[in-house]
Amino acid sequence: MAEAGAALHLRSYFQIAWLWIRAAWQYPTSFVLLALGNGLITGLDFVGLWIMFAHLDDLKGFTLHEVALLYGSASLALAVADTAIGSVERIGTYIRTGRLDQMLTKPVPLLVQVCADQFTLRRLGRLTQAAVVFGWACTYVDWTPLRVLVAVSMLLSGGLVFFGLFVGFSCVQFWTTDATEFANAFTYGGATVTQYPLNIFPREVLVGLTFVIPVAFVNWYPCLYLLGRSDPAGMPEAFQFASPLAGVLTMAAALLVWRSGVRHYTSTGS
Amino acid sequence: MSVTGSVRSAQAPLIDVRDLERTFDVRRRVDGGRRRVRDSVLAVHDLTFSVQAGEMVGYIGPNGAGKSTTIKMLTGILVPTGGHVSVAGLDPSRDRVELARRIGVVFGQRSTLWWDLPLRDSFDLLQKMYRISPARYRDNLGRFVELLDLGDQLDTPVRQLSLGQRMRGDITAALLHDPEVLYLDEPTIGLDVVSKGRLREFLRALNDERGTTLLLTTHDLQDIEALCDRVIVIDHGTSVYDGPLAGLHVEGGSSRTLVVDLVDEAPPVEVPGATVRRVEGPRQWLSFPADASAAPIVAAVAASYDVADLSIQEPDIEDVIRELYSRGAPEPLG
Repeated sequence: MAEAGAALHLRSYFQIAWLWIRAAWQYPTSFVLLALGNGLITGLDFVGLWIMFAHLDDLKGFTLHEVALLYGSASLALAVADTAIGSVERIGTYIRTGRLDQMLTKPVPLLVQVCADQFTLRRLGRLTQAAVVFGWACTYVDWTPLRVLVAVSMLLSGGLVFFGLFVGFSCVQFWTTDATEFANAFTYGGATVTQYPLNIFPREVLVGLTFVIPVAFVNWYPCLYLLGRSDPAGMPEAFQFASPLAGVLTMAAALLVWRSGVRHYTSTGS
Repeated sequence: MSVTGSVRSAQAPLIDVRDLERTFDVRRRVDGGRRRVRDSVLAVHDLTFSVQAGEMVGYIGPNGAGKSTTIKMLTGILVPTGGHVSVAGLDPSRDRVELARRIGVVFGQRSTLWWDLPLRDSFDLLQKMYRISPARYRDNLGRFVELLDLGDQLDTPVRQLSLGQRMRGDITAALLHDPEVLYLDEPTIGLDVVSKGRLREFLRALNDERGTTLLLTTHDLQDIEALCDRVIVIDHGTSVYDGPLAGLHVEGGSSRTLVVDLVDEAPPVEVPGATVRRVEGPRQWLSFPADASAAPIVAAVAASYDVADLSIQEPDIEDVIRELYSRGAPEPLG
């Protein structure tokens, strides 16, 4: 029953998203330019790392390939989450314009409608760039069947963690509209941090990124396993396999926050 | 047992509102903005009414009277703080998604359609969202497109439609799934006279043919006069009148006017049941209660004076409602 519901919601999601893709295609030039521009900007992002390594041999013991693996996997998870549900950030606008009220009169769960609304493939550029960097870094990994499994689960769980962070922090807008910047600090901020080996930060930061905003599970712990490294911070080895758990927990927490946000909205009408 | 059960369910109102209450917490600055205090504002209180299936009800009131708050509670967007509300046997805020399949909502000033896409695409998506069977969808779309004259606009992006066309598109969008109730919030706002007329005609036909229940909020009393047999007037969050449109006159203490053109100028005429309000040469204006019959007064005037012409002016409904608003006091009405 619940599974049928989930499949149905997913179908509704794709139906709405498809409509937005077609809407974007009404302005093909603008679509292509935006996608290219987006790809270019994120591309330069990695070039920055590259230049850094032209002057350094390693970053706290991590080579360029290893950093590329961290960077690629985090970017990929972020790009997938951002593409799939990026519009959840706009709840504040939906509230102000009354669009949320309209969504509340439709027989599709609000979260599905909000996430699929204004779906855009503009971030295709970021996605491609992340995939290329990740693919390149993968050629340096010494693959075993278990490592393949960990890599796949890393990408899926990373997506879930970012999904949870996006949804969870966007909910702040149910209480105080126009707090997008606050949410961005955790979502995009978290993503930026994970592009580097986390041992460059003080241990307190790593603890925060593990237990509070669990972005360390997006790439850091599973990548340590993929690279066959011991944890420089001495965290339990089990963490390297705990990404799915972190993903599910983050998402569950986010859904709870979402529900109470919607309840707050429908009981204040703000 | 089963008979009484079915009789009862046939009579159960489609919309049932009892002692409905909604307060809002408002933060207010006092002492020149140094202190903030929380105030509780009663947006809706002691609101009781019910609507039977197939009724067309006008829901009117001045700005801020609680109209939208009521509609939001009826659609499940807003949770009441007190009282009871049920629509089609469902609790709107608890069963919101389920209820959504059975109601249609049109907000006059906000479109539900997708701006950059042709109307047809928006309708197609709604078919999927509401899971309307292809046959029913084809039937309904064909019918509404014909009735609302949207055939030429189906493939035009919404942003290029006129306001009237867009409104007709929005109404079609709200009706594709055969809702039992249609809430219309200011549906004719900004439309020209011809478009308004066509829209009213369509809504009347919809009610006749499908028995769709209509709850209409509007500032345009012509909408009400053209469509609604019953009006609920809300002011300061509670109903101040609920009954037939004609009865508003009685309730508002309004009067009709008999305009008498005498053959010659004369002092104010004296007839029982009417008083002279104005005299201008041979023309005199006599007012009498709106619920009284004009016949005895006309007869009395004609019996005692030489009358050249007579006419009766109906009271202006807007004046009546203004009168109701200005009284404001929520006196319980039978």
